[in-house]
Amino acid sequence: MKILVCMSNVPDTTTKVKFVDDFKKLDNNGIQWVINPWDELALTRALELKDDLGSGVQTVTVAHVGLAGSEPTIRKALAIGADDAIRINADAPDAYVVAAQLAEAIRNENFDMIFCGIESSDHNGSTVGGMLAEFLGCASVSCVSNVKLDAGGVVITRELGGSKEVVSVPYPFVAIVQKGIANEPRIAAMRGIMMARTKPIKVVEPRPLDSLTEVISYEMPVPRAACKFVEAENAADLISLLHNQDKVI
Amino acid sequence: MAVLIYLENWDGKFKKLSFELVSYASKIAEMLGSQSLALTIGNVEEQELEKLSVHGADKVLHLKNEKLDTLDEQAFSNLVADVARKYNATVLVLSNNNSGKALAPRLSVQLKAGLVSGVSKLPVSVSPFVVYKKVYSGKAYANVQIKTDLKILTLAQNSFELIHNPKPYVVEHLNIQPSDNLLNTKVKEVQKLTGKVLLSDADIVVSGGRGMKSADNWGPLVELADLLGAATACSRPVSDEGWRPHEEHTGQTGKIIAPNLYFAIGISGATQHLAGISSSKIIVAVNSDKDAPIFEAAQYGIVGDAMKVLPKLVDAVKELKLR
Repeated sequence: MKILVCMSNVPDTTTKVKFVDDFKKLDNNGIQWVINPWDELALTRALELKDDLGSGVQTVTVAHVGLAGSEPTIRKALAIGADDAIRINADAPDAYVVAAQLAEAIRNENFDMIFCGIESSDHNGSTVGGMLAEFLGCASVSCVSNVKLDAGGVVITRELGGSKEVVSVPYPFVAIVQKGIANEPRIAAMRGIMMARTKPIKVVEPRPLDSLTEVISYEMPVPRAACKFVEAENAADLISLLHNQDKVI
Repeated sequence: MAVLIYLENWDGKFKKLSFELVSYASKIAEMLGSQSLALTIGNVEEQELEKLSVHGADKVLHLKNEKLDTLDEQAFSNLVADVARKYNATVLVLSNNNSGKALAPRLSVQLKAGLVSGVSKLPVSVSPFVVYKKVYSGKAYANVQIKTDLKILTLAQNSFELIHNPKPYVVEHLNIQPSDNLLNTKVKEVQKLTGKVLLSDADIVVSGGRGMKSADNWGPLVELADLLGAATACSRPVSDEGWRPHEEHTGQTGKIIAPNLYFAIGISGATQHLAGISSSKIIVAVNSDKDAPIFEAAQYGIVGDAMKVLPKLVDAVKELKLR
């Protein structure tokens, strides 16, 4: 069995984002790039499944759409434990193009399970996983908080609003994973970092594809008004403000 | 020409977010001079369907089939795509909730329609079609143009006010069959989360962080939530420690919520936490450290020990309820 984990390369979540070119482009200066947090959890779960020798998982591959500058982040995934990587050598103008490039690159690789994080922390789209499944013409399960393998096949837990369901789907499928899929992201050990240097990254040239959407400009949020402090002794005043002035309780 | 709205229902019932969606989509239909059509799949009573016209739906489309009791992402998205084609939809609107996130991307590919998810306002313009959305987990916003003829939007929960815009109730019961070869999701077990306010639907959320000090101290926080009809939530360290279940974790890798009122009790306000709550309308922070970053995001703050402040808040709410 082969697992693919799709990963995106995002600014570290503590980054203070800034824009250049008249608010048309992210200012890359000084940004520390990391594996998208949800994709890191997806990778962790894929490796946990592979660790269980009875599971039948042979390889865990990561795939990424991005230019050569994202290779350090791919190496991190290899250091954490992925066996190999596929990089589609393209800029990613929108989620549709990312998903289409991924689909073309992996269509003939016969992955049984494909994991995608539920959202990337840059464009907060929640879109690539479902699009990829549609391009591949396979099943998808969203909002997945657990994937297990047992003798009968795959057992997936998904969290729909108001209920938790245990479901199964035939292979191959895309699981779009969220909180709960793994407890803590796995951290690369020294041995993993050494081994990652020689693990293969296959570079695939992209298809010419047009995006369906385009960011025209970015804006910074309007700063919130300064915090109004209430003395701890008079906590009751806060409740009356919320009731009388803001009318939220 | 039509604006098509896909509406999930929960055991045949709609929620506030459903009506937000109808209000929002009907406004877009007005901007475009077209009709709004509200589609729902499943067993829904007539009197529930009628509620959709109150918020501006020109027509309700109802599709009922016992094979569609369970969400199958492939089968459902195929049906919605069929309806979008049949009614010549130019805009398709879904909620940015679990089912919307599951279906919208598949629809985008099937219909080759540009998708922007998590929008919180009406389009900036309709020609060109530009929408405004949160990016970088609330640290910035983007104006995004959709270049295709058919556009797909998912609306962030609790971001659009309900509009009372009654239209005559017109319903069409659709007779479209799902294709069996697409129905592949087998449900083995369902666990309903009943008896408490769902975090994603809550108007008020009371959330605790490390400042709560131990799993044993949550009594007054839960009491405050119960009195307010609020959901309870927590920060990541709390769910990592196992003080509260992981379903309650709000933040970057947890739940992303937008209630009217958010109480952050003993939460310092790390960037990752703010990413999950920054769309809350009002944030109230209680923290013993006056320099905690949560106060920069909050409208109201109390500097003090959570254990001492919580009982005062509980008493004040009790008093308010008695009045």
